[in-house]
Amino acid sequence: MLIAILVGFIFSMFLVVAGKFFRGKPAILSALIPLGLFAYFAQFIGQVSEGGVIIQSYNWVPSFGVNLGFTLDGLSLLFSLMITGIGFLVFVYTSSYLKEHQYLDRFYGYLSMFMAAMLGLVLSDNMISLFIFWELTSISSFFLIGFNNSSEASRKSAITALAVTGLGGMSLLAGALVLGSVGGSYSIVELLNSSGEIAASPFYIIIVILMFGAAFTKSAQFPFHFWLPGAMKAPTPVSTYLHSATMVKAGIYLLMRFTPVLGSTEFWNSTLLIVGAVTMVYAAIHTLFRRDLKGILAYSTIAALGILVFLIGQGTEAALLAAALFIAVHALYKATLFLVTGIIDHQTHTRDVTILRGLRKVMLPVAIAGFLAAISSAGIPPTLGFLGKELTYESTLAVIGTPLLWITLILITKIFLLHAGFVAGISPFVGKLPEKFSNTKKPGILLWLPPVILSVMGLSLGIFPGLIEPIIYPVVTAMGEDVGNEHLALWHGFNTVLWLSIATIVVGTVLYFVLKPSQRLEASAARVEFLSPKSIFSGLWHYFNKFSSLWTAFFQNGYLRNYVSTIILFLIGLSGYALYKTASFSLDLSTLSRITGYEMAVVVIMFLAILFTVFTRSRLAAVASMGVVGLAICLLFVFYSAPDLAMTQFSIDTLTVILFVLVLYRLPIYLKLSDYRTRIKDGVLSLGFGTIITILILEVLATPVDKTISQYYAENAYVLAHGKNVVNVILVDFRGSDTFMEISVLAIAAIGVFALLKLRLKETDQR
Amino acid sequence: MEIVLAVMIGVLYAAGIYMILRRSLVKLILGIIILGNGANLLIFLLGRITKGRPPIIPGDLKVFAEAYADPIPQALILTAIVISFGLQSFAIILIKRAYKVVKTDDLDEMNAIDQDS
Repeated sequence: MLIAILVGFIFSMFLVVAGKFFRGKPAILSALIPLGLFAYFAQFIGQVSEGGVIIQSYNWVPSFGVNLGFTLDGLSLLFSLMITGIGFLVFVYTSSYLKEHQYLDRFYGYLSMFMAAMLGLVLSDNMISLFIFWELTSISSFFLIGFNNSSEASRKSAITALAVTGLGGMSLLAGALVLGSVGGSYSIVELLNSSGEIAASPFYIIIVILMFGAAFTKSAQFPFHFWLPGAMKAPTPVSTYLHSATMVKAGIYLLMRFTPVLGSTEFWNSTLLIVGAVTMVYAAIHTLFRRDLKGILAYSTIAALGILVFLIGQGTEAALLAAALFIAVHALYKATLFLVTGIIDHQTHTRDVTILRGLRKVMLPVAIAGFLAAISSAGIPPTLGFLGKELTYESTLAVIGTPLLWITLILITKIFLLHAGFVAGISPFVGKLPEKFSNTKKPGILLWLPPVILSVMGLSLGIFPGLIEPIIYPVVTAMGEDVGNEHLALWHGFNTVLWLSIATIVVGTVLYFVLKPSQRLEASAARVEFLSPKSIFSGLWHYFNKFSSLWTAFFQNGYLRNYVSTIILFLIGLSGYALYKTASFSLDLSTLSRITGYEMAVVVIMFLAILFTVFTRSRLAAVASMGVVGLAICLLFVFYSAPDLAMTQFSIDTLTVILFVLVLYRLPIYLKLSDYRTRIKDGVLSLGFGTIITILILEVLATPVDKTISQYYAENAYVLAHGKNVVNVILVDFRGSDTFMEISVLAIAAIGVFALLKLRLKETDQR
Repeated sequence: MEIVLAVMIGVLYAAGIYMILRRSLVKLILGIIILGNGANLLIFLLGRITKGRPPIIPGDLKVFAEAYADPIPQALILTAIVISFGLQSFAIILIKRAYKVVKTDDLDEMNAIDQDS
């Protein structure tokens, strides 16, 4: 199973090097990968439908409790089949849709990376690896939305999508960590055993909120839904695959996966019910106000995701069955509608439903696919959509509390979705073909075959629902409910559910004939746009950017002295506080050496020289007095038994002064003096720092010193290295390679100096 | 004497920081040199000072017979002095070049160099 997941990643890496041989015709060969994977997963259908669960585990980072554990149960299998099956059709479709594109190989690379990540997501048993795959899907989605990277709108949408789903990813990681520490394991299977303890834990609410944060952002629930319509900037195959059939359902998958662990509490159920209901109604109303085909489909996808969340929120066995079936139904018809839209866009270069008419005359197979998808979306028998809708109504009627409210909301949603399906799947094909579309070319078979296959599947599975039972029922089992012996069937007799279905179809169809999408409707929706979560989000974004640039401008202002001041101030504060807390002032004065006259004289000279260096107005004088400071230090080295240091200090100090004088004698005296206030401020800061250093030294002097290492060198200098000057022996023998490095550093500095001296700038560079 | 030296090191640090905070590039380098001197003395003092007993094994002995100055801080400081010379000479030449090109040694004016003025 690990190989099945990795093959997509391997293929996308292979494209990095071999991509250029892959553009054009050979691109279709890549569809063999999802096809092979589909066959691989399909062979498990029998085993899983009999209640089998395939578990494989590989160690990855055992010290953190992270392993690559994979479980294939009903839920994973449904998603895997969708990912690879629809993936196969999308791969085929793309080879024709983006035939001429110069970066076709890159597109396939992203697409197969996404496929692999998505498979990893639905198969992972370990929450940490689930998080990693989750993030990988967000990242590949980012690249695919921004695929037309020359368009600003694409880039913006890609960033918005990444920001929203990335935020959700953080939430998932946090949730997983808390859940892992409460439940004692990162394995979802193992967590099932401790679901009681988790629900009783005080962290339960936090875990659920974090998990919801992840699921709602990924699955575009209100108020995080706005990234999805923006994501429609991606090429249509991407919208089909990621933003309708698979990736946006990752949130739904997460909720379903954690239903047995976290579900069946009041908080879980009612939050999901409310969020799902708000999302589905909000998005369904939105579909009425769009005339871009993809816009309509985007909002109807959000509405469908809302319905799924709503069903998971109900949490009953019937509702979960309805949700499982609806995932398959939606993937089939919505992917078809997207592919159909893509073909229309590809051939006519418009997606405006107000002008598209009568296209059946130029693309009959596409019209058939669109029609079948529309009636499946509408839930008209004998399609699979009808079954999905029946189950949804049935379970909603059984909700405890206020079923009337919920049934009204779901009814409204379904009616509007029917309208949206008709507008997207039927209206472009009926009526009279306008003059300007009469020369539209017939789409190639690679374009029209995938939507036809999907829509025919939607129809035939509706007629023979027994075929999909072995896939759908184990999904419910995986969520910890038992389906029993009931079978899916089209005909249930005359009951409330049937009347609701009929009402939906009648009202929706009437609505379709009465309410046509128009510019006027779209404009009226634009007027309340400022209230939408999207505007609020971009407002927040704007102010956040403003805040961070203010923040940056304050700290990173480009003035060296401000950086130094900040660092010094911080050091004073930090070490000052530590000294205040711990300083003992216990220096034993009797251990110190006596003050003698000549030492004091040197120190006084040094002090005066420092003052002169700081306050003189002439550069040369400053350099000279700096030399005096160096010589005074040299004398101190002489006094305190460091002849080597004294010699080095003397020669280096002299050299520096000579170099300075040679280079700088031509520069003018300091022209600009800082104002009085700055100097006082800097003076206080420097004196403060000096004081801290002095106190620090006195504190260190009060503690005993460890001379073990010095003793080692002193005892072995002659014995091992045959040298009597211990300092020299350390430098050239014990630490010889360090000294060698030092010489190299000096050599590099010398080369730098040489280069700077020899550098002759061109006249143009000398501004 | 240690207390006097500790105060002196404090003065060196303060002077160094004060010079680094000035606008002139020359002062900046002088500040760095003074700060470096202060740091060398700091290491030296923390190794404890000993008068008149350099860490050189006398005459025909193989090991020290009596107390000696700590050789490790000395080795460290020796390295530091040499390395800081590398830094200083490079910086001084850099100032010279920079001054030739931009005709100023004011750090604030150098900020604006990548904008066309």
